[in-house]
Amino acid sequence: MTNRYLSEAVERIQPSGIRKFFDLASSMDNIISLGVGEPDYATPWNIREASIASLERGMTSYTANAGLPELRDEISRYLTREFKTDYNPEEEVIVTAGASEAIDLAMRATVNPGEEVLVVEPSFVSYAPLVSLIGGVPVSVSTSIEDGFKVTAEQIESRVTDRTRGILLCFPNNPTGTVMTKDELEKVAHVIKKHDLIVYSDEIYAEMTYDERHVSVPALEGMYERTILISGFSKAFAMTGWRLGYVCAPAPVAAGMLKIHQYAMMCASTMAQYGALEALRNGKDEMLEMVESYRQRRNFFVSSLKEIGLDCHIPGGAFYAFPSIKSTGLSSEEFAEKLLFAERVAVVPGNVFGEGGEGHIRCSYATSLTQLEQAVDRMDSFIKSL
Amino acid sequence: MKKEMELLRLLEKDGRMPVKMIAKLLDVTEEDVEKMMSDLEKRKVIVGYSGIVDWTKVDSPEGITAMIDVKVQPKRGVGFDEVAERIYRFKEVKALYLMSGTYDLSVVIEGATMSEVGQFVSEKLSTLESVLSTTTHFQLKKYKHDGVVFDDGDEDHRIVVSP
Ligand SMILES: Cc1ncc(COP(=O)(O)O)c(C=O)c1O
Repeated sequence: MTNRYLSEAVERIQPSGIRKFFDLASSMDNIISLGVGEPDYATPWNIREASIASLERGMTSYTANAGLPELRDEISRYLTREFKTDYNPEEEVIVTAGASEAIDLAMRATVNPGEEVLVVEPSFVSYAPLVSLIGGVPVSVSTSIEDGFKVTAEQIESRVTDRTRGILLCFPNNPTGTVMTKDELEKVAHVIKKHDLIVYSDEIYAEMTYDERHVSVPALEGMYERTILISGFSKAFAMTGWRLGYVCAPAPVAAGMLKIHQYAMMCASTMAQYGALEALRNGKDEMLEMVESYRQRRNFFVSSLKEIGLDCHIPGGAFYAFPSIKSTGLSSEEFAEKLLFAERVAVVPGNVFGEGGEGHIRCSYATSLTQLEQAVDRMDSFIKSL
Repeated sequence: MKKEMELLRLLEKDGRMPVKMIAKLLDVTEEDVEKMMSDLEKRKVIVGYSGIVDWTKVDSPEGITAMIDVKVQPKRGVGFDEVAERIYRFKEVKALYLMSGTYDLSVVIEGATMSEVGQFVSEKLSTLESVLSTTTHFQLKKYKHDGVVFDDGDEDHRIVVSP
């Protein structure tokens, strides 16, 4: 598809492989979907109510570019309390239209055309395209099931060149569910410091870890000054449709991102910001209930996958399992397509998440237990029929 | 202890959840679950398992539920316990709570008709020696019971596949 009106940068970008599966699955009835990358909860009522109340009070104008001061204040304190980071709410926190905008801001503010950004893969689908859009060059650092999809210092070092600007990290990870321990992150941090790289740390699943507490990259020794922290409300507070996230960085870098944000977005949605304020002030109990339920479903789903013969590492966070389907001899796409047509279960083929994803499928277990049970049964019959 | 609390929360939501499923959710063996459950039953932490029924959906003569605020004269030595026992032993009484505030006992009564409930209040409850006064409220509609919303409109609106 070329068109003389489109820019070269846009022409270079491939449509997401997820799109194709969405189109296929949407055309069918009675499917069980394990393809959904969002919580199966509606936003907790107190958050919805706070947003409604803000509308009733007529709080319908723009906020400061960086977001409501009281919200930035809560974000800063929340991050300190939960993850031991230290960001000044006045100069180092920007409220964005989702983590998605935050990733875009981070790239645009720091990467020059021709510079390389390492993307640890399998990864969330928007990283590489967002690097390409600004003329940067995404360079994949591939992880594998043998290491539980953790990235190692050696893997990173082997991809560093003198054009490398930074590295995109995401733990807990979409699509693998992998988390990294403090020790493991410190080893990675060591090479990052050695090569003077920026870290773009997407920690949107930080609250959703099931075996150990999340370790935040900017809280590691010597990492604050080189890290841009990306996060948001979508996952932990079940607020995907609100389009609200935030980005934190040392003041000069934050000021750079704010320049773009003020021209491109002006400010994040005001009513959503009032909802988020309530989420941070009074949302913890309900958030923890949701996290407990995800952990239980993780336990159920991963042990069930093993019972039907699929090899799966134990995902320590997020709400995805990323089992290997190599034993079936099918490619990820073949497996996903056949499973969809034969048993009406939708999963996402691993290859759409970049290098290291082939041979795997992403299954989101953020769906009801009844559906999960049925999905496992159907996958079992499918595998036996091969 | 942590697993026990998790087990209780699961059972409170779904008392019929199979042991096998619970074992997987909590990442323990089925024997562990059986043991925890029988222990909880013995200690009367779990006192029963019941279904939550929306009686308006079945063709049965609709019963009626009333909540009665009761003021009583507590007795030296036994406080409210004695009169409470005399009240909860009636089979019409579905629930009984000691309350703080402007009255003492909250009695939940189920009867077939309004007059049956009225009769119970006037003949059995008001006539108890320690009962000073009663105020009866009839339930008109059940929206939510024991944490369960009847006719919940929260469906899954998510798109089938997303990043
Ligand atoms: C790793 C990761 N980062 C960012 C996002 C985008 O989140 P938001 O809804 O805040 O834009 C997602 C959503 O799927 C994600 O999985």
